[in-house]
Amino acid sequence: MVRLPLLLIFSALLFSAGIYGVLARRNAVMVLMAIELMLNAVNVNLVAFSAEIQDVGAQVFALFVIAVAAAEVGIGLAIVILLFRNRASINVDEVNLLKW
Amino acid sequence: MTAQEYAFLAVATVGSLAALAVVTARNVVHAALYLVVTLASVGITFLLLGAEFVGWVQILIYVGAIVILFLFGLMLTKAPIGRDALDHQNRALGLVVGVVMFIGLVSLITAVYPIADAEAPPPAPGASAILGEALFRDFVLPFEAVSFLLLAALIGAIVLARKDEGS
Amino acid sequence: MSLGVLAAEGGEALTLGEPNWFVEHAYVIAILPFLSAALTLFFGKRTPGKGPVYGILAIGAGLVLSLGTVWSFVQGGGPFEHNVEWFTIGPLHMELGIYVDGLTAVMLLVVTAISLMVHIYAVGYMHGDVRYTWFYVVLSLFTGAMLVVVVASNLFQLLVGWEIMGVCSYLLIGHWFEDHANSSSAIKAFITTRIGDVPFMFGIFALVLATGLTTSNIQVIGEEVASGHVSTLLITVSALLLFGGTIGKSAQFPLYVWLPDAMAGPTPVSALIHAATMVAAGIYLVARMFEVFVQADPIALTVVAVIGGITLLLAALLALVQNDIKKVLAYSTISQLAYMVAALGLGEAGYPAALFHLFTHAFFKALLFLGAGSVIHAVHSNDMSDMGGLRKPMPVTYWTFLIGSLALAGVPPLAGFFSKDEIVLVAFDEGTWWLAVVLLVGAAITAFYTTRMVLKTFFGDYRGHAHPHESPGVMTMPLVVLAVATCFVGLLGFAPTGAPFLDWVYFGTEPHEAHFSPLVAGISILVVSIGLWAGWTTYRRYRTPDPIERLGPLYGLLEHKYYLDDLYWRGIVRPIRDPLAAGVYWFNQHVLDGVVNGAATVSRGLASLVSWFDRTVIDGAVNGAGVVAGVFGRGLRTIQTGRVQWYAVALFAGVIVLTVVFVRV
Repeated sequence: MVRLPLLLIFSALLFSAGIYGVLARRNAVMVLMAIELMLNAVNVNLVAFSAEIQDVGAQVFALFVIAVAAAEVGIGLAIVILLFRNRASINVDEVNLLKW
Repeated sequence: MTAQEYAFLAVATVGSLAALAVVTARNVVHAALYLVVTLASVGITFLLLGAEFVGWVQILIYVGAIVILFLFGLMLTKAPIGRDALDHQNRALGLVVGVVMFIGLVSLITAVYPIADAEAPPPAPGASAILGEALFRDFVLPFEAVSFLLLAALIGAIVLARKDEGS
Repeated sequence: MSLGVLAAEGGEALTLGEPNWFVEHAYVIAILPFLSAALTLFFGKRTPGKGPVYGILAIGAGLVLSLGTVWSFVQGGGPFEHNVEWFTIGPLHMELGIYVDGLTAVMLLVVTAISLMVHIYAVGYMHGDVRYTWFYVVLSLFTGAMLVVVVASNLFQLLVGWEIMGVCSYLLIGHWFEDHANSSSAIKAFITTRIGDVPFMFGIFALVLATGLTTSNIQVIGEEVASGHVSTLLITVSALLLFGGTIGKSAQFPLYVWLPDAMAGPTPVSALIHAATMVAAGIYLVARMFEVFVQADPIALTVVAVIGGITLLLAALLALVQNDIKKVLAYSTISQLAYMVAALGLGEAGYPAALFHLFTHAFFKALLFLGAGSVIHAVHSNDMSDMGGLRKPMPVTYWTFLIGSLALAGVPPLAGFFSKDEIVLVAFDEGTWWLAVVLLVGAAITAFYTTRMVLKTFFGDYRGHAHPHESPGVMTMPLVVLAVATCFVGLLGFAPTGAPFLDWVYFGTEPHEAHFSPLVAGISILVVSIGLWAGWTTYRRYRTPDPIERLGPLYGLLEHKYYLDDLYWRGIVRPIRDPLAAGVYWFNQHVLDGVVNGAATVSRGLASLVSWFDRTVIDGAVNGAGVVAGVFGRGLRTIQTGRVQWYAVALFAGVIVLTVVFVRV
């Protein structure tokens, strides 16, 4: 129905936008949104190849990705809320306890 | 070019612009609303490809549930507004990495699948019946594992986000 | 369902009958305890008595069904197998199923009977415990797991039950985990048995491999192994690997160290798990997989017999010096299990003898443990030096315990005599003289320490501080039931009574003929009498220090459990560490000091040269190293900002670089 490279380019654009978002945003919720963009790019790829090779397995994995994304958002937002409660800020560049 | 392809190009253009808007918007609530547009366009892409079930799940779960979750997250953390509050100093570096990644990916894709030579495949086998059969026959063990993961995430989120009574 | 031909004792052939309803539904027996565990977990606290009701009902029902199962074999019914497909991986068909033959039926009976007695007994013993309901949950779960092992038709299912038992054992040993010693005993037991489980698992893999990776069904494996298609080496290796599981679970040398520590658990648990049933699972495993052992190189069975012989003596000697009544019983359990292992090591002739001993031992050892529990309940101490004279305040416990002790010692006509005698007889018949001697020496020691235990506990004057009293009826009832059973189950394997046990449990196609040799019985009675007499003369009067301490160096060795624990704890480290430390010390004292002193006495000039050298070059090198490390550290620290996004930048940049490298665009 749609040629594969067009879909892949769409997916690449979503993915790159997600990377930019992850790197450039300092608000943790925005970072999570950017991660969702990247996960969606993966799903577009999966479904595109599912059509290309006429196999339903890839779509099953797309469903799994959606489920995992839902879990990830749930946990991620819980962490963000916990962070906000403890530090009154959800800027990722202020969370630097990981250093030496 | 088929009719589906025109439709896809229109949807993908809207979705791509919205995706860029998600990562550049200065208002977090606007960003979340742009995210709705992007996710919906991805869902419509799935439908165009024939993956009905995944497409509807995409719309239901992402647009219906995950974005709502984001909006709640924004409200509970008092959603700050403005470029300084949302982006940080190494925006330029992020831009460089993002653009290089995009160029790299596109050049790879066009090298492997030249657009002119590509042929549009038939619709993907995506009817609910087929998918249901695959999910509950071949992939039943991973499916159970995912359900367990969701349960763990549910409990984890509750444990993390609740207020400690004692302390 | 296979119809076989069975040669009865008289020699006339009779066809095996159809299995009855109970045999075909034996899985119900295994499912009931799981059901009761779940019910107790969720609703246990709301039932009257806060927990035991479901367990007692389920296992009582299981006992009735088990009796029905045994009845089928009493009437000459044949074995029964039923499988349902679980899942398929490539050529490997995984099944869930039951296999019931005479051995299974007898084990079902033993497990449910002992478990029921323990469930009832624990109502009194555990009364008022903090985790009373939880205790019953795990107890039921354990019983279910053991029954799964017993009815399993394939090795994977058996392994599942086997591991659940391990977990339950861990939970129950650590039942009072508030005390650090208990929780570390639980961990020790779990890890030590796991060490045996690893070879066991590999043994299963090896056997599945022997079937061409198609099934883990025990009967199919047996046929495959007997068909001669499989190399003897593979069979021998699998047999030895399987025996590794037995060494762990049935506490044989060198992994028996966990069982005495397992006595940290509540006494009913010790009776059920660490005496009568779970530790017998290892024996059951060897019996169930006996075809593999028989078809293997004879070396495999010799290993089994030797391990049994060693364990038998080591554990019996250790039981001599224990002051904790439960530890005496623990070591005697190890020793009695070793009798079964040794009997299995004698080959086909030893098979029924071993299982008959398992059968009788379960009854009298459970009786002894529950009796010991009753005593501990009364005097609030495990230590036999706090007991004495309990004969009068606790008559029921005394009489039942005495019956159990005499059975353990091997006094006719109680249970232990017949089964132990049977093993000795087989050892003589097979011409394995060394083992026969070991068995008889073991029997003498057993009689001695049993006498010591009884005399120190029930005779003489009371030395403790609590006020002993007879235990409540709910605890003495199981004692009486088990004592009655102990008196009579031995006759089931006694040749002059027809030895019906041997018609139910046999290896191969026809039952073994029952023997009775008055000569061997006479020798064994003589040996036991010597042991009893020695015990009586030594411990007739209570004396401190214990006369056993006069053994001198041997006592020291036993007191420290042959230093086996110390060996495991430090033995790997110290032989390496100590000579190394001594060598370095010697080098320091002689070579380095010599050089320094020599240098000092040669001349002050040379000394000052050395001093100068020391101050500038060596100090310089040392300080220099420090400075260099500091500079690099400071430099590297700036990279590690703790900001995840910087890390992400590095990550994606790395991905891009790698892509470029790999694709060479």
